[in-house]
Amino acid sequence: MTIGNDIRLGADIGGTFTDIALDVRGALYSTKVLTNYSAPEQAILDGIDVVIRDAGIEISQIDLIIHGTTLATNALIERRGARTALVTTEGFRDVIEMRTENRFEQYDLDLVLPKPLIPREDRFPVKGRISAQGTELQPLDEQTLEEIAKRIASEDFGAVAIGFIHSYMNPEHERRARDILARTLDLPISISSEVSPQMREFERFNTVCANAYVRPQMADYLNRLQVRLKEMGSNCPVFMIHSGGGLVSVETAAEFPVRLVESGPAGGAIFAADVARRFDLDRVVSYDMGGTTAKICLIEDFQPQTARSFEVARTYRFCKGSGMPISIPVIEMIEIGAGGGSIAWVDAMGRIQAGPESAASEPGPACYQRGGERPAITDADLVLGKLDPDNFAGGKLRLSTEKASAAIARYVGDRLKLEPLSAAFGIVEVVDENMANAARVHAVENGKNISENTMIAFGGAAPLHAARLCEKLGVDRCLIPQGAGVGSAIGFLKAPFGYEAVGSQIMSLSVFNTSRLNTLLDDLKQTAEGFVRAGTAGEISREIVAFMRYRGQGWEIPVSLPDRHFEASDRAMIEENFKARYAQFFGRAVEGPEIEFVTFSVKAQDVRPGGERHALIATDDAIEPTVKRAVFDPATGAALETAIVERSTIKVGQRVIGPAVIVERETSTIVTSPFDAIVQTDGTILLIRKGL
Amino acid sequence: MSQLDEIRMQVMWNRLISVVEEQAMTLLRTAFSTSVREAGDLSAGVYNAKGEMLAQAVTGTPGHVNTMAEAVLHFIEEIPRDEMYPGDTYVTNDPWKGTGHLHDITMVSPSFKGEELIGFFACTAHVVDVGGRGFGADGKSVYEEGIQIPIMKFAERGEVNKDLLRILRLNVREPNQVIGDFFSLAACNDVGHRRLVEMLDEIGLPNLDTLGAFILSRTHTAIMERIAGLPKGAWNNELLTDGYDQPINLAAEVTIGEKSVDVDFTGTDAMSRWGINVPLIYTKAYACYALKCVVAPDIPNNAASLAVFNVSSPVNILNAERPAPVSVRHVIGHMVPDLVLGALAKALPGKILAEGAAALWNIHISARPAAGAKGRRAEVLMFNSGGMGARPGLDGLSATAFPSGVHTMPIEATEHTGPIVVWRKELRPDSAGAGEYRGGLGQVIEIAPADGHEFDFSAMFDRIGTPAAGRDGGESGKPGKAMLDDGTLLRPKGWQHVPSGRKLVLHLPGGGGFGDPKKRSEAAKAEDVRKGYVTETK
Repeated sequence: MTIGNDIRLGADIGGTFTDIALDVRGALYSTKVLTNYSAPEQAILDGIDVVIRDAGIEISQIDLIIHGTTLATNALIERRGARTALVTTEGFRDVIEMRTENRFEQYDLDLVLPKPLIPREDRFPVKGRISAQGTELQPLDEQTLEEIAKRIASEDFGAVAIGFIHSYMNPEHERRARDILARTLDLPISISSEVSPQMREFERFNTVCANAYVRPQMADYLNRLQVRLKEMGSNCPVFMIHSGGGLVSVETAAEFPVRLVESGPAGGAIFAADVARRFDLDRVVSYDMGGTTAKICLIEDFQPQTARSFEVARTYRFCKGSGMPISIPVIEMIEIGAGGGSIAWVDAMGRIQAGPESAASEPGPACYQRGGERPAITDADLVLGKLDPDNFAGGKLRLSTEKASAAIARYVGDRLKLEPLSAAFGIVEVVDENMANAARVHAVENGKNISENTMIAFGGAAPLHAARLCEKLGVDRCLIPQGAGVGSAIGFLKAPFGYEAVGSQIMSLSVFNTSRLNTLLDDLKQTAEGFVRAGTAGEISREIVAFMRYRGQGWEIPVSLPDRHFEASDRAMIEENFKARYAQFFGRAVEGPEIEFVTFSVKAQDVRPGGERHALIATDDAIEPTVKRAVFDPATGAALETAIVERSTIKVGQRVIGPAVIVERETSTIVTSPFDAIVQTDGTILLIRKGL
Repeated sequence: MSQLDEIRMQVMWNRLISVVEEQAMTLLRTAFSTSVREAGDLSAGVYNAKGEMLAQAVTGTPGHVNTMAEAVLHFIEEIPRDEMYPGDTYVTNDPWKGTGHLHDITMVSPSFKGEELIGFFACTAHVVDVGGRGFGADGKSVYEEGIQIPIMKFAERGEVNKDLLRILRLNVREPNQVIGDFFSLAACNDVGHRRLVEMLDEIGLPNLDTLGAFILSRTHTAIMERIAGLPKGAWNNELLTDGYDQPINLAAEVTIGEKSVDVDFTGTDAMSRWGINVPLIYTKAYACYALKCVVAPDIPNNAASLAVFNVSSPVNILNAERPAPVSVRHVIGHMVPDLVLGALAKALPGKILAEGAAALWNIHISARPAAGAKGRRAEVLMFNSGGMGARPGLDGLSATAFPSGVHTMPIEATEHTGPIVVWRKELRPDSAGAGEYRGGLGQVIEIAPADGHEFDFSAMFDRIGTPAAGRDGGESGKPGKAMLDDGTLLRPKGWQHVPSGRKLVLHLPGGGGFGDPKKRSEAAKAEDVRKGYVTETK
């Protein structure tokens, strides 16, 4: 029996709001409370109060609490972690400072690189060297380590990270160093071969430093949360959502808090994956657009695409390379600075640009009338007629079309001699185009064709832009589910107990040392399952992936392997699988070069029955709209008479003929002229290309 | 143009840039060459039917970016229009028509929409080997530096030229990787072409004419505004580099006129007998890069933005003529921005950064088992950077490539490529030039052959004889140094030996300082000492 299937609670601490979603045997209750920065657990407890009252249950009835938080991410972005010491291989003291020796923006002579997490004076080199093959070239200098321990003890350090060269091949020196330091120090010690056993020293060292840096703070927070929950009468287990989209125990999270980075957005992807499963859609692109950014994720066979590393805390216009690399398994998303609050401006060539600067919630877009002067995407959406000024956010905020129009004229229209309506169209086209380009390039990077996917759109601004985005991408179908506002917290409820263990082992396919391979995979299986067993006693599924390349290449592609021990005779099968995958990514396989393994991954997760399924409904039962107003239609480039329909008035299966606007309390869904909309059995809106 | 057309054109310009990014991404993912995949030493772009560059991937390094802009014109000149067919791909590594040395392979593919030739896609990448003496400065002429591929067809109507592949296979040291890269280059142009046709179909345009004219006219207007804002006049600068066996003086005059910025290299020393000569196309690439960083960093690279920069030179080391050896043309080429920026500093006082390490410290290592020992042979390439000059208002970046746009490789990956051990790769204390803003620090690298091995390496170093100068009262950075761990000094250029049991020790130069060191804030000085950037007391 899997624990906690009856009443589950999801809690997502975001930058502005803490979202709570409660699932009582299928009935959903949710609320949003403001995030409390000084005591983040307080917002959760307040939110729990609200939803259990709504649901009419006691806190003790909750079987399972699933929690995700941006606290670890924020600590890294705002540099609010513990003073951390890095003990590292002599000769490599500056790995985290020298980075890639590259300028991520070529033409900006005043470029500033992000500061290393741990300043140079807190990095302590020690002799001892492992070779690329994992053999010892130089013994560990234990005496120096003892001196370093004393030095660390004498100052106000809160955590220690250990990162040695080639420790992913042989962790002995790192483990020994930890033992020696632990004799003197009463501090949490993180070692790189446990936190991130992957090749590439900059990424691995930075990851172990990040882990150590946020560890005291996260351990404290998780401890406080558990104590407070107990005091309130809760006695259920608390599990944490990790960046890879699975669940881990609080104990694991406290030891490896870097795995919590980006767990909120992961919840959104799981939410979309669950929608995909319900409608049985095997190729999906999720599109989440909020106030400051848009996030796009590919979901295949109901599994969000994952990667083995990512970058957080980008410091320069979301520019690749301007953040810090974290090499842990993660749900792979691209994020671009395009949200409702993104500011529009005009560059030196007279081109309209949007973002990444954002008006945020204060002062907000010009139409909020809170002092925002410059035009944001929301202003342009309003001027185009996509938003109802009297019915925004459930009527809580009256929007000023006049202010929006004036801001657009002043900062964009006048410079380009465009009417405000044309300028607004230009702004929205540019932002939609940027999102479409990012999605297309992301798909290409992963050897996929974006137009073959169904889109699942959520987040406050997504329904306003999804149809046009589909037009640009050649996507025929888009689902806009209900509850999209608290998508991440709902996603948490669906998250499996899952863990991905990753290890590097560079080996030519021609060598194919099966005993080494089987031993490594056994270790990884044991690690991954160990974490999953903390949450379930039921059946566990495993997925084995090798990351392979032609010798000489630097980019590996994922190749699925059967879940069993390998024999020498398996070589041909693996070679064939690799070549097929390669051709899928890059057109054709290459003849001649050797093939090699670089990294292996084992993903384990509990098997659970899927929820109810719906087939997509597509009927011709068109409704007769009663209200119409002029809304700008991008495909035809004209303001068209457009049906305005209340979401609640549309019956399941009815077709709303585009162009139309479907309005509801939180947002509006724009149905552009090439699309129609059909409401599904669970209330989800399906945007479908005309004629399908 | 109607208001809606204006917006459609803007949006399609964005799309065109995305198309070339996809093109570059494909190359980055499939390339075999270390310098491409790990270091980003590549470039990709789209051209109209006249061969004018319309857009270029942001990914890439200036030496490729700006040379390729001109390369396509040579292809159009040599391949008659009636011999161009859909599915064709053309190739060359001609240093004077491509990007300056034989290691760079440039591929150009015509883009047809139906019968009509609508434009070209081009890309460039540095391959692992081209035969000859290997990547180094020791050649006496280009004939010694490897196989020369004239402008020719790599593929006609989709059929690859098998004879070319057979010749290549016999002439290069790593045929699988090199041929793999040829296919990667061709494939990335194909991706660009397919996306372009899809895009034109979507917007209902027959060709690139309207969009191209829009892009070029907008860019022209923008860059003219910038030039109008510059002071007018002519300014000179000189700079001394190490050369191969004797120092070489570089000279430049920058003239800012009403409609253009001209750079002339009269006064620069004659061609070298060694492979450090620079074809003008490469000199021009780096001169334009320096000008663009100062004048128009935010204006995209295309035919219109590059057209306002004119570069000229009599025959000398910065305008080397065939058959001069040019293999490591990048070392002197990387000095060109400091040379040009020095002249601009006189035009724009107080606004231009100090000199830096400039040239990458590339090492090509050829490792083998020591006599009588067992082991493996391998070729290993490393890119390493010294310190950048201090900027007005900001310290220089330490161990960061400038002007080159490449990355370094992880040493864990490097050690998997060949039997070497990197014992040290960290910042070099006391190497930065002092100033109100200090230069970037250089770095120290120590490399030994793995047990039972020895290696030869090709040195491509500079700023050993003459350090990076400071600006406006800032001091010079420390010069570089190349030696063995027993103190034996090594030469800045050419192939040299490291025996089993010894280490190669490199001290990379630091950047120059900016402004009077006495004005440096106490807090900044204290931080330099605390971090160990500065250990010497003065």
